[in-house]
Amino acid sequence: MALRGLGRRISIGKRCFSSASEVEKPPRDGKPINLFSAINQALHIALETDPRAYVFGEDVGFGGVFRCTTGLTDRFGRNRVFNTPLCEQGIAGFAIGLAAMGNRAIAEIQFADYIYPAFDQIVNEAAKFRYRSGNQFNCGGLTIRSPYGAVGHGGHYHSQSPEAFFCHVPGLKVVIPRSPQQAKGLLLACIRDPNPVVFFEPKWLYRLAVEEVPEHDYMLPLSQAEVTRQGSDITLVGWGAQLSVLEHACDEAAKDGISCELIDLRTLIPWDKETVEASVRKTGRLLVSHEAPVTGGFGAEISASIAECCFLRHGLQLEAPVARICGLDTPFPLVYEPFYMPTKNKVLDAIKTTVNY
Amino acid sequence: MSISLFMSISLATYPSIGHQTKANKERQSEKPPLDLSSFLPHLLDLFSLLHSTMGLWFVRSRLAHHLGQKMASLGALQRRSWPSVSFLQLWNPLPSELVGGFSSNPINRWSDQRFASVKAESAAPVDDRCRYQVMDFPGGKVMFIPEMRFLAESPGERISCYRVLDDDGQTISGSSFQEVSKEIALKMYGDMVTLQVMDTIFYEAQRQGRISFYVTSIGEEAINVASAAALTIDDIVFPQYREPGVLLWRGFTLQEFANQCFGNKSDYGKGRQMPIHYGSNRLNYFTVSSPIATQIPHAVGAAYSLKMDKKHACAVTYFGDGGTSEGDFHAALNFAAVMEVPVIFFCRNNGWAISTPTTEQFRSDGAVIRGQAYGLRSIRVDGNDALAVYSAVHEAREMAIRESRPILVEALTYRVGHHSTSDDSTKYRPVDEIEHWRTARDPVSRYRKWIERNGWWCDDAESELRSNVRKELLHAIQAAEKMDKPPLAELFTDVYDQVPSNLHEQERLLRETIKQHPGDYPPEVPV
Repeated sequence: MALRGLGRRISIGKRCFSSASEVEKPPRDGKPINLFSAINQALHIALETDPRAYVFGEDVGFGGVFRCTTGLTDRFGRNRVFNTPLCEQGIAGFAIGLAAMGNRAIAEIQFADYIYPAFDQIVNEAAKFRYRSGNQFNCGGLTIRSPYGAVGHGGHYHSQSPEAFFCHVPGLKVVIPRSPQQAKGLLLACIRDPNPVVFFEPKWLYRLAVEEVPEHDYMLPLSQAEVTRQGSDITLVGWGAQLSVLEHACDEAAKDGISCELIDLRTLIPWDKETVEASVRKTGRLLVSHEAPVTGGFGAEISASIAECCFLRHGLQLEAPVARICGLDTPFPLVYEPFYMPTKNKVLDAIKTTVNY
Repeated sequence: MSISLFMSISLATYPSIGHQTKANKERQSEKPPLDLSSFLPHLLDLFSLLHSTMGLWFVRSRLAHHLGQKMASLGALQRRSWPSVSFLQLWNPLPSELVGGFSSNPINRWSDQRFASVKAESAAPVDDRCRYQVMDFPGGKVMFIPEMRFLAESPGERISCYRVLDDDGQTISGSSFQEVSKEIALKMYGDMVTLQVMDTIFYEAQRQGRISFYVTSIGEEAINVASAAALTIDDIVFPQYREPGVLLWRGFTLQEFANQCFGNKSDYGKGRQMPIHYGSNRLNYFTVSSPIATQIPHAVGAAYSLKMDKKHACAVTYFGDGGTSEGDFHAALNFAAVMEVPVIFFCRNNGWAISTPTTEQFRSDGAVIRGQAYGLRSIRVDGNDALAVYSAVHEAREMAIRESRPILVEALTYRVGHHSTSDDSTKYRPVDEIEHWRTARDPVSRYRKWIERNGWWCDDAESELRSNVRKELLHAIQAAEKMDKPPLAELFTDVYDQVPSNLHEQERLLRETIKQHPGDYPPEVPV
């Protein structure tokens, strides 16, 4: 039920994502498609528009376990779209070498939960490749895609949100889309960005989120947050699948007369502090929400940064402590998932507490 | 040229099992090169002869296995001292995996080499295929057998080592190797000597506190220079850190080396990495990074790119014996085999990973044996023999590119220097072992004897070369030392292609702090 609710929410809520205030390319002639199909479209375009682009990873050849790479092998051949051995550090290391030769290496790690064997390659190699060589070499053509987050039945190893680990690494970009339209535009931007990017895809939304997505080639800007809903009482910041939860909470809060401003951070590093700061200056209150455990999560970084710049400075001030509604500090639990999750009502309660502080 | 069937059974001392090295007197028994074609007429006869005694073989092999284990406990010397095989013993129709013992089965020796002959095919006897059922299984046909036989943990005989020059710098009679012109031969020697001088002087500079760190390549000069000489500049190098000779060969100047070690404004790495982390885009030499083995899978990705671009070039990556324990090594070999890419994996098996000897690093027969498990063609070469290294890499490169396949080269050598300037290796290994390798096995003097014998080199040339290199290097060091450090702004560039806003902000704050506390910061970095 909850899953379907989320899916519908995104379907219905699509107007929010293309509000008049946004100057990004609005949907034109878009067809309603789900998130994995949007990713699939982006990959088709990436391979079509750049003969030096390659897509590979475990099981991508037959279309991938989430169907994101469906049809690519038939269209582009096994030289450009291929399976790799089951070895994440090998995938990442291979991808870095391929990217370092001037290619667009689009690597898939089948689940974000399995990205850790590749951690050293991503953190010590990809992230530092340009810096350590004095810009003689770079692996900027590298994009690592990986499904992340809760899915209702994923337990420890099919549910994790490891974004914060990568947000601690200078040299990487971390991007997480909230919807099909966003996924396509952001993924194409990541693939073409001259820096290594880790692109986490909310697997819960692969099938559930349906939205009109333009069929043409378009990109959405990196390191730019998007205000998806204007408000005056409190600023809510999130990313990925959590945006839907926050939308619900905003609707509920509105019934109680609370006006929420909602921001999709989209790029986690380097993140768009200016947009969040400007919003908090207006509302005076901030709530950050993510699925990953609260301690050391990226919400902590946002909270600290906003406290630094908005606490009694420039005649404006935070009117309440920053609230964090996040995952618990436990491994991601199977049976207890509904308890672990930063649900709508947890968010709603925190909105009310913060506004009434 | 065919180096494939050359066989030299050197009983060289090598410290990977036990530490009898210096105690052992060297013995050498060279065999003339064997030519497969001369053998073929005998094969069918041998098949039938040996097949009829197969049952006996099996019994014998179990006995031999038992014996072998006992022998093994006596140490490496005995294992290495098995008598050299006779012509007949070289062929045995039993697939090596059917025999569970040590050296009773000479085919191991053979099968190690058969990859070198490109057409080598299955070793299973035809008769067995008729007698037993065969299953089609991914990867090929698999024969069912009624006996329960475990694959031995070791092929028994250690894999032999290709060598061209003996300890006296004489070419071993019958050895086949790639011809080297006088010009190339002398450049090789010149670069080996330069590397030695560089190591001596930079090491001293570190001891005097002028640079913060250094790593020498002493003992591995032949590996460095001869492997580089066998490549072309289009081949992409992914180094570990003990291969500056490759860069030297490609034309990196002493000034460029010095600039990096001093981290001055002319260092291409902008002073961001420790000394010896060289890199050169111009010379297709990727920048060194300290973590072990991380570069190996990069070489596979780069080789895939070369293959897709149909370039006549390969990727080459270097690493040590310790590096073969890292996951990246295994990942890379497997990826390379599966993707069929032109890459040379060059393992410098120098016996020591800082203080860890190879006996505590792995139980396999070095690195070379692992190539076969991953489906790679492999060769073991005497790393202190410049001509052997040159020939093996030359041939490996030809095969890698022509057949688009990965090749594993394991060079046996010795890290004569300490691991780095932060290490004192006499704490964990005997001084006379180091001395033995530094003198009796020195690859540079061995190679010098060869060029002298060719009439290409003399004492005068030697002293002139050494003195010139010394002068040039001292001058380079002085110049590098005087040069400014890179400006502060470079601290913030190249993290991304463009400096993001958070770094602009951090730079602004840092500059304010510097104004407040200028004494806290090194004056040689221009603000």
